[in-house]
Amino acid sequence: MAKELIRLVDCRKAFDGEVVLGAINLAIRDKEFLTLLGPSGCGKTTTLRIIGGFLKPDSGSVIFDGVTINDVPPHKRRINTVFQKYALFTHLNVFENIAFGLRVQRPRLPEKEIERRVKASLELVALKGYEKRSAAQLSGGQQQRVAIARAVVNRPQVLLLDEPLGALDLKLRKDMQRELKQIQQQVGITFIYVTHDQEEALTMSDTVVVMNRGEIQQIGTPLDIYNEPGNAFVADFIGESNIIDGVMVSDNTVRMYGRNFQCLDEGFAPDEPVDVVVRPEDIDIVPVERGQITGMVTGVTFKGMQYDIIVDFQGFKWLIQTTDHFPVGARIGAKIDPDGFHIMKKSEYSGLYGDYSSYSAEYDALSAAPDERGQADA
Amino acid sequence: MTRFPLRRTNAGRRMRRAGALKSAFTPAAGFFGRFRRQSFAYPYVLWLALFVVIPIILIAVYAFTGADGGFTPGNFSGMMDYAPVFGRSLWLAFLATVICIIIGYPAALAISRMRPRSQRILIVLLMLPMWINFLLRTYAWMSLLENTGLINRLLASLGVFDLINALHAGTPGYAPITHFRLINTDGAVVLGMVYNYLPFMILPIQSVIVKIDPSVIEAAQDLGADSRLVFRKVILPLSLSGVISGVTMVFVPAVSTFVISKLLSNGTVMLLGDLIEMQFTGAAYNPHLGSAISLIMMIIVVICMSVMSRFGEGREQAVRL
Repeated sequence: MAKELIRLVDCRKAFDGEVVLGAINLAIRDKEFLTLLGPSGCGKTTTLRIIGGFLKPDSGSVIFDGVTINDVPPHKRRINTVFQKYALFTHLNVFENIAFGLRVQRPRLPEKEIERRVKASLELVALKGYEKRSAAQLSGGQQQRVAIARAVVNRPQVLLLDEPLGALDLKLRKDMQRELKQIQQQVGITFIYVTHDQEEALTMSDTVVVMNRGEIQQIGTPLDIYNEPGNAFVADFIGESNIIDGVMVSDNTVRMYGRNFQCLDEGFAPDEPVDVVVRPEDIDIVPVERGQITGMVTGVTFKGMQYDIIVDFQGFKWLIQTTDHFPVGARIGAKIDPDGFHIMKKSEYSGLYGDYSSYSAEYDALSAAPDERGQADA
Repeated sequence: MTRFPLRRTNAGRRMRRAGALKSAFTPAAGFFGRFRRQSFAYPYVLWLALFVVIPIILIAVYAFTGADGGFTPGNFSGMMDYAPVFGRSLWLAFLATVICIIIGYPAALAISRMRPRSQRILIVLLMLPMWINFLLRTYAWMSLLENTGLINRLLASLGVFDLINALHAGTPGYAPITHFRLINTDGAVVLGMVYNYLPFMILPIQSVIVKIDPSVIEAAQDLGADSRLVFRKVILPLSLSGVISGVTMVFVPAVSTFVISKLLSNGTVMLLGDLIEMQFTGAAYNPHLGSAISLIMMIIVVICMSVMSRFGEGREQAVRL
C-alpha cells in the first residue's frame, strides 16, 4: 500500500496525573481507512485529538509526512475533523457551514470557486438542494453529512472522525457505514476513525487498532484481528469468544478438558500454558457419543439468524451459535475442527474474559447504555 | 482433573449499573411531569394582569383624558415642546448602552474563558455593588464628582490645576480654575448609567458565551480559522443574542431613569424620567400629560427593541462576513 503519512512515536498523555495514553506508537499510511477501536476511556479519542492538534502529547512526537508537528496548531494542519456531535455552526445555513473552511482561507478564494466546491461537496454527501436550510433544521443523518462535507471541502490529506455515527439509529448507521467507505474511496484520502463499535470497525477499515487502558493491544486488518486476536481482551472485544485455559502440548496439539485437540497453531514452548479461543460459530453440535467433549444446554436465546445457546462443559460455560434448536437440559456433544482453534499466549487479560456464566439476552441491550454514556472518554 | 478457574465478564456489573440508573430516573420523570403543568403559571399570570396590564391600560386612559375626565387628544398636542428632552434621553441612553457594550463585551469574553471557579467569583464581585442601595451608590458618585469632591481634590493636591493655570498665565482674559466641572454634566449622567447598568450587559453576554459548544470553536480552528477569525465568524455571531438582551436591559432603564440624572446633574440635565416624575409629584402636577409622555416613551422603546430583535433574528444572513 501507499507510503507512510503519519507516525506517532512514544506519545504519552496524562490528565491530572492520570495516564490516558501510555507511549503509543502508530504508523498510518496514506489513503488508508484506519480505525481506533476500544471501550470508553481507552485513549482512542485522545489519540485522535493529538493527531488533530487539539491536544499536545506530554512526550513523544507526532510526525506528519516526515515533519514533526507537535507544535503546529489545528488550523495549520492539513487535517480536518468530523466531530462527535457534528458541531455545526447553528448561525449559518448549510451552504455557509460547508463554505466556512474556504472562506477563512487567505488569500481569499473567488466566490465562484467557493460555490463550485461547496456544490461538489454537497453532491458527494447526497445533499444537493439543501444549501439554504439552516443547520438546526436538519435530521441527525443530514447534519452528519453536512459535517462530512464541511470537513472534506478543504481537501485535507487526513480526515479524523470521532464516533461520527454514534448518535444515529441502527439502520441509518449501517447505511452511513457503507457511504463513508464510498466517500473515502472517492476522495482518496486517509480516514482515521474512532469507534467503540467493533462491527463498524470490521466493516469499514483497512486497518484496525484495538486499544485498551491507553495501550495499543493489536494492529491488523479486520480479518487478522478477528481470526488471530492477540490476547484475551481483543478476542473478547471483537466478536464473541470462548476463552479456555489450555496447554500447548506440542505444535498443532493443544490440551484442554484433559484431552488433546488438533489445531493449526505452532511456535509455542512445549507444555506452555495458553489461552484457547473458540469462536461460537466454529463449534459443531453432534450427538453425545460423537462429541470431542460433552455438555448440557443451560440457556437458549433466539437471535433471528441463529440460536445463541449456553452450554456447560464441566463447569465452564460456552457460547455456541447454531441454527438448530436445543432445549435447556439437553445433553450435546461438541466437535471443533483444527482451524476452529486459535491459540494465544497468556497475557494480563488471561482469565478476565471468555466465560459466559453471566450471559443473558438482556446483556446486549443493557451494555449498550453505559458505553453510550461514556462519551467523556478522555 | 483440570481446574477451570471461574471467569467473569463484567456483564453482571454492567447490568446492575444500568438497572440502578433506570430506577433513579423513573421517579424524576414524574417529578418534572408535574412541574410542566400549566397551573403553575397562574400566579404569574395574575401578577402580570394586576400589576402590568391594568396599569398600562390606566396610563392609556389617563393619556387620552383631561382633568375633567372627558376624552381629549390635547395631552399630545404640546408634545413637540418636549422633543429636546426625548432627544436627550434617547441620546444619553444610547451613549450609555454603547459604552456598556464596549466595556462589557470584552469583560464578558474574558470572564467566560476563565476556569468555572474564577468565573463564579468574578460574577459575585460583579453583582456585589448591587447589594448596596442604588441611591447610596449614586450619592457616592456625587461626592466623588462634586466641584469640591474627591476627584477634584485629588487633582488639586497633585497640582494639576496649578499647572494648567500656569500654562495659561499669559492668556488675556483667562480666569484661573480651581476644579473641573464633572458633576451636573451629560457626562456625569452617562457615567452614572454605565456604572449602574454595566452588570446587566456583562451577565447575559457571558452566559451566552459560556454556552457555546467548545467543539464548535474547535471545528472552526480545525477548518483553518485562526483565533481572530474564530472570534469574528463564530463567537461574535453566536453571542449576539446575549448582546441584544444586554442592550435591552441597559437601554430601557437608562432611557427612563430619573434618579441618576436628578442626583448627578442636580436637574440641569432633564431626562424623560425627570419630566414624567414632575407631572406626578412636582408643582406642575398633571398626571394626564405625564401619562401621555409615558405612553410615547413606551412606544419609542418598543420600536427600538423590535428593531433590535429583528436584527438579532436576521443575523444568520446579516453576518456573512
